[in-house]
Amino acid sequence: MNLFDYVRPASVAEAVAAATEPGAAYLAAGTNLLDLMKLGAARPQRLVDITRLPGLDTIEALEDGGYRVGAMVRNADLARHPGFAAAFPAVAEALLSGASAQLRNMATVGGNLMQQTRCAYFHDTAAACNRRAPGTGCDAAGGENRTHAVLGWSPSCIATHPSDFCVALAALDAMVEIEGPFGRRKLALEEFHLLPGTTPERTTVLAPGEMVTALLLPPAAAGFRANARYLKLRERTSFAFALVSAAAALQLSGGRITAARIAMGGVAAKPWRARAAEEVLEGEAPERAAFERAAEAALSEAAPSGDNAFKIALAKRVVTRALSMAAAGTPARMPALPGSAFATDNGSSADE
Amino acid sequence: MTLSISLTVNGVRQDLAIDDPRVTLLDLLRDRLTLTGTKKGCDRGQCGACTVLVDGRRVNSCLSLALSLDGAEVLTIEGLAKGDALDPVQQAFIAHDGFQCGFCTPGQIMSAVGLLNEGETGDDPERIREGMSGNLCRCGAYAGIAEAVSTARRLRDETARPLRDEDETRRIA
Ligand SMILES: Cc1cc2nc3c(=O)[nH]c(=O)nc-3n(C[C@H](O)[C@H](O)[C@H](O)COP(=O)(O)OP(=O)(O)OC[C@H]3O[C@@H](n4cnc5c(N)ncnc54)[C@H](O)[C@@H]3O)c2cc1C
Ligand code: SF4
Ligand code: FES
Ligand code: FES
Repeated sequence: MNLFDYVRPASVAEAVAAATEPGAAYLAAGTNLLDLMKLGAARPQRLVDITRLPGLDTIEALEDGGYRVGAMVRNADLARHPGFAAAFPAVAEALLSGASAQLRNMATVGGNLMQQTRCAYFHDTAAACNRRAPGTGCDAAGGENRTHAVLGWSPSCIATHPSDFCVALAALDAMVEIEGPFGRRKLALEEFHLLPGTTPERTTVLAPGEMVTALLLPPAAAGFRANARYLKLRERTSFAFALVSAAAALQLSGGRITAARIAMGGVAAKPWRARAAEEVLEGEAPERAAFERAAEAALSEAAPSGDNAFKIALAKRVVTRALSMAAAGTPARMPALPGSAFATDNGSSADE
Repeated sequence: MTLSISLTVNGVRQDLAIDDPRVTLLDLLRDRLTLTGTKKGCDRGQCGACTVLVDGRRVNSCLSLALSLDGAEVLTIEGLAKGDALDPVQQAFIAHDGFQCGFCTPGQIMSAVGLLNEGETGDDPERIREGMSGNLCRCGAYAGIAEAVSTARRLRDETARPLRDEDETRRIA
């Protein structure tokens, strides 16, 4: 690990000023940043510790029915917040399907959004990687790439974004609040992460010094609380990143789907909102045939980026299954294995 | 640049000068405070061997920057027993053979203490296994570990306070 300066500012304004300097990075829990620093894949000259900043660790129910969640709220605390988890069960399930209990106790909301890809070549400083070292090439292209992207990738980078949390947030139209050297702005989470194009080193819209201060869940997102699930396929039952995942949320009335929200994880460099699939479902009966058509629409533009064509077929099945789980209703209690297809108690009795 | 922090480790306040900002809580415990019960497995958050409680919550000490924890209370495996009276989780691990080589055990036990404090599993073995999935055991002692956690939970529930005295030690054994 390289040496660095450590500063612990007392206010957001001081933190922004300290982080606008070249080579500076915000330190939240450090579960991603310290890991990358140990590998030499991240080499910040200065760490700006934002864990003590006042006012960033609150979960607020807003008068209009929405929620505002501070960037320093820990993943476990958000998933366990009774009001938040009841209003946005798929978000709570996504959070609890991620990492381990220890990591969720540490990891922050802001850090989860900002975490880097798990591409092994990004971690390996001996490898060519356009995302870590622009212009060096992409060793994943001809290497181990069975877990890489099938949507939105470019020849310069085929990595995926590893967050579970962000997938459920993208489905539910969450907004990100940002504070920076030029003031405050807000944008949709869907716009927050960038596809690689020719500049894969730019992973989000944040400019130097900009800090995520909060997440906003709109009131309409709570309208899906009765039928919202997160499903995550991984290579072991627990404590593994998604191969493919999906958040599915439905509103049902008179035996028809009146509104649908779908996003996929593990398929692209950003959480992938599947609007075409949502449109397919509107006005349909909540049945398998419609779910399968929606899944086809969700993956209609998918293409393998290597030895990963199986992920396209898998993603279709995951979307279909997540929709049927959502149609069966949000379970009264968080499933024993959140997001798992293998729980004996997964609350999805309608799922064959 | 030397910065100083204070930590309360196993009930004892420590004022520490940190001359290298890179030190993790794990390295501080093992190398500075010679509390080597907390183990370094992967050093990357992937195995749970380094699990300790910080302000009552289980965390991976290998991914915690010591400087960032100024003022925190840390509980390690060395601070769990009260004198000769083992914590019920420790007793249950012995009673159920919840280990073989023992390398992962301090992390397993501290993780189990954190899990029981969270109080969400009930007696459901699936919830217990899921809650313990951040702790790997290369010896594969999982069956004993899951039983030990379940027993420790029941003992705690029965008394609604941690078991400490000798009668209770006998009852578990
Ligand atoms: C073994 C392991 C398994 C994991 N499994 C999963 C999983 O299954 N699913 C999943 O979703 N995640 C998983 N994670 C990732 C984990 O969720 C992230 O590491 C965590 O959310 C990062 O949060 P943090 O607070 O530790 O961020 P840090 O590590 O402190 O920061 C991460 C990055 O975000 C920047 N940053 C932090 N806060 C802000 C802010 N407010 N504004 C601007 N920039 C900021 C930092 O500068 C840094 O670049 C896993 C991690 C590990 C180590
Ligand atoms: S896929 Fe992206 S992150 Fe992985 S080696 Fe290629 S450029 Fe780097
Ligand atoms: S040493 Fe910390 S998780 Fe492995
Ligand atoms: S007892 Fe040997 S690693 Fe768990």
